[in-house]
Amino acid sequence: MSEPNPQILRCHSLGLNRHQRQVLEGIDCAFSPGELTAVIGPNGAGKSSLLGCLAGVLPCTAGQVSVNEQPGSSIPRAEWAKLCAFLPQQESPAWSMPAQDLVALGLLPWGRSFSRVQRQARVRAALQQVDAGDLALRPVTQLSGGEQRRVQLARLLVGDAPMLIADEPGAALDIRHQLQLMETFRQQADAGKIVVLAIHDLGLAARYCDRILLLENGQLRARGTPADVLTRAQVADVYGISSEFRWREGRPEFIAGDLT
Amino acid sequence: MLANRNLILLLIVCTLPIALIAALSSGPVSINLVAAIADGWHSDSSDAVILWQLRLPRAVLAIVVGAALGLGGAAMQGMLRNPLAEPALLGVSSGAALAAILVLYYGAAVSGYLLPLLAIVGALLAVGSVWLLAGHGASASRLVLAGVAINAFLSALMALALNYAPSMFAMQEIVFWLLGSLANRGWDQVLLALPFIVIGAIFLFLSRNYLRALSLGEASAASLGFSGRRYPLLVLFGIAFAVGASVAVAGTIGFIGLVVPHLMRPLVGQDPGRLLWVSALAGALLLLLADVLVLNTVGAQELRIGAVTAFIGAPFFFWLIVRSRQGGNL
Repeated sequence: MSEPNPQILRCHSLGLNRHQRQVLEGIDCAFSPGELTAVIGPNGAGKSSLLGCLAGVLPCTAGQVSVNEQPGSSIPRAEWAKLCAFLPQQESPAWSMPAQDLVALGLLPWGRSFSRVQRQARVRAALQQVDAGDLALRPVTQLSGGEQRRVQLARLLVGDAPMLIADEPGAALDIRHQLQLMETFRQQADAGKIVVLAIHDLGLAARYCDRILLLENGQLRARGTPADVLTRAQVADVYGISSEFRWREGRPEFIAGDLT
Repeated sequence: MLANRNLILLLIVCTLPIALIAALSSGPVSINLVAAIADGWHSDSSDAVILWQLRLPRAVLAIVVGAALGLGGAAMQGMLRNPLAEPALLGVSSGAALAAILVLYYGAAVSGYLLPLLAIVGALLAVGSVWLLAGHGASASRLVLAGVAINAFLSALMALALNYAPSMFAMQEIVFWLLGSLANRGWDQVLLALPFIVIGAIFLFLSRNYLRALSLGEASAASLGFSGRRYPLLVLFGIAFAVGASVAVAGTIGFIGLVVPHLMRPLVGQDPGRLLWVSALAGALLLLLADVLVLNTVGAQELRIGAVTAFIGAPFFFWLIVRSRQGGNL
């Protein structure tokens, strides 16, 4: 059900004011299909706010978000929900429904355009994608934090939306599932989707992402390839740590050092 | 497991007609039910009049009001993502009750259309104030807070009205009305409440997918296309119509909205959408059974049905607490 035409997701001097505080200011950036983008930055830099604005769940107070140069606000919410799937940072399900029912909620924007059999097949596939096929019938509130997160990831993937936005999807996951998760997002991007992740692990960001946006105090500090953004000077300045970015066997590698 | 659930649902559906027959055969005088049915609607034999004009409307009202309260409770719990929510929590019942008290206070004819209509207006006003107080794009917790505040204020006003009741008779009338009752209700009340309850039910039915999406959380629900004020308003007005109309004709009957969705939730796989109609069904059954109990209790004064449901509801609360102490979820 992916939209056939490629979408370009763009922020035009995006600003957000919350609780009398400028959370985001003058953000200009664009996201293209096939690209896996990481949004990084220290706590409170505005990562979640930027993702919320991109996903259309936070109304920005300045500038706008556009898709194919069409303002996001002019797209009906029901249509938008099919274009863009969003996984917020922390949300716990209210009811202890079976995991497969929670995943099926990701298909709500499509209403009845899928048959029951199609829905079940998609849910099963999505659960398997995040290595949670065996959790299908378990009540979600009885799952561990990491298991619950994987089930929610399946909910994100189940609709096969052309844009995926996830806020710290790897939090609470063990290292194996973190890698698996990044592989999954890599595949989604390679399949022509726009994928934007807020991420704390700079190592994973360097290894898997095509582009990185570095936020600091609500402003875009740097953007570019991991090698461009994760320079020693920049990381030291923003995070206050020493670090090293290097290429090993043709793969970018980021290593955090000491506090500076 | 699944077969068990469906069996219980089937049981509820089958029990409803049995409870209806029980309700129709219960009352201060014994009638020949079969003969009364055979006599038909237009017959003026005393048995037929008792059946068609007294007992049937009362039973139908129990079903309609019970369904509205169950539905309202399920919707409220779904919207607030909280299993302890019920319409009374957001001041819906109090708003309706206060409006009704004012009518009683000034001695307006209780049988007239004024009382129910004003009660619905009162419910809508209460919901409107909660909405305004909570503010634009309010989170569920702020809504609950606003609801509790409005509810406390309305309760204070009710206490004040009782305090300054013009006569002992008015006071008694108000107290009895607050306890909830289905006594002496006829087709007029059914016809008055039914349209509003149906409108409310339609609103809530239209918001079923919103309630489902809300299981995930507010941000996720917004990302699934359920953003803005439209959906919460649809639910609030749905509840105000359904519950306000019920309070208008039957007084305040508590606990149905709390207990029923709780009991039904495991039977529908915790799906807040399916829970709506199942709670309506079970609410109807529970109130009808409570009324059968009322009708079969002897005493000088008819037992108030609100007291009966509270007697069922309070121990249910105890059970919830004990179960949560043993490690279960609330």
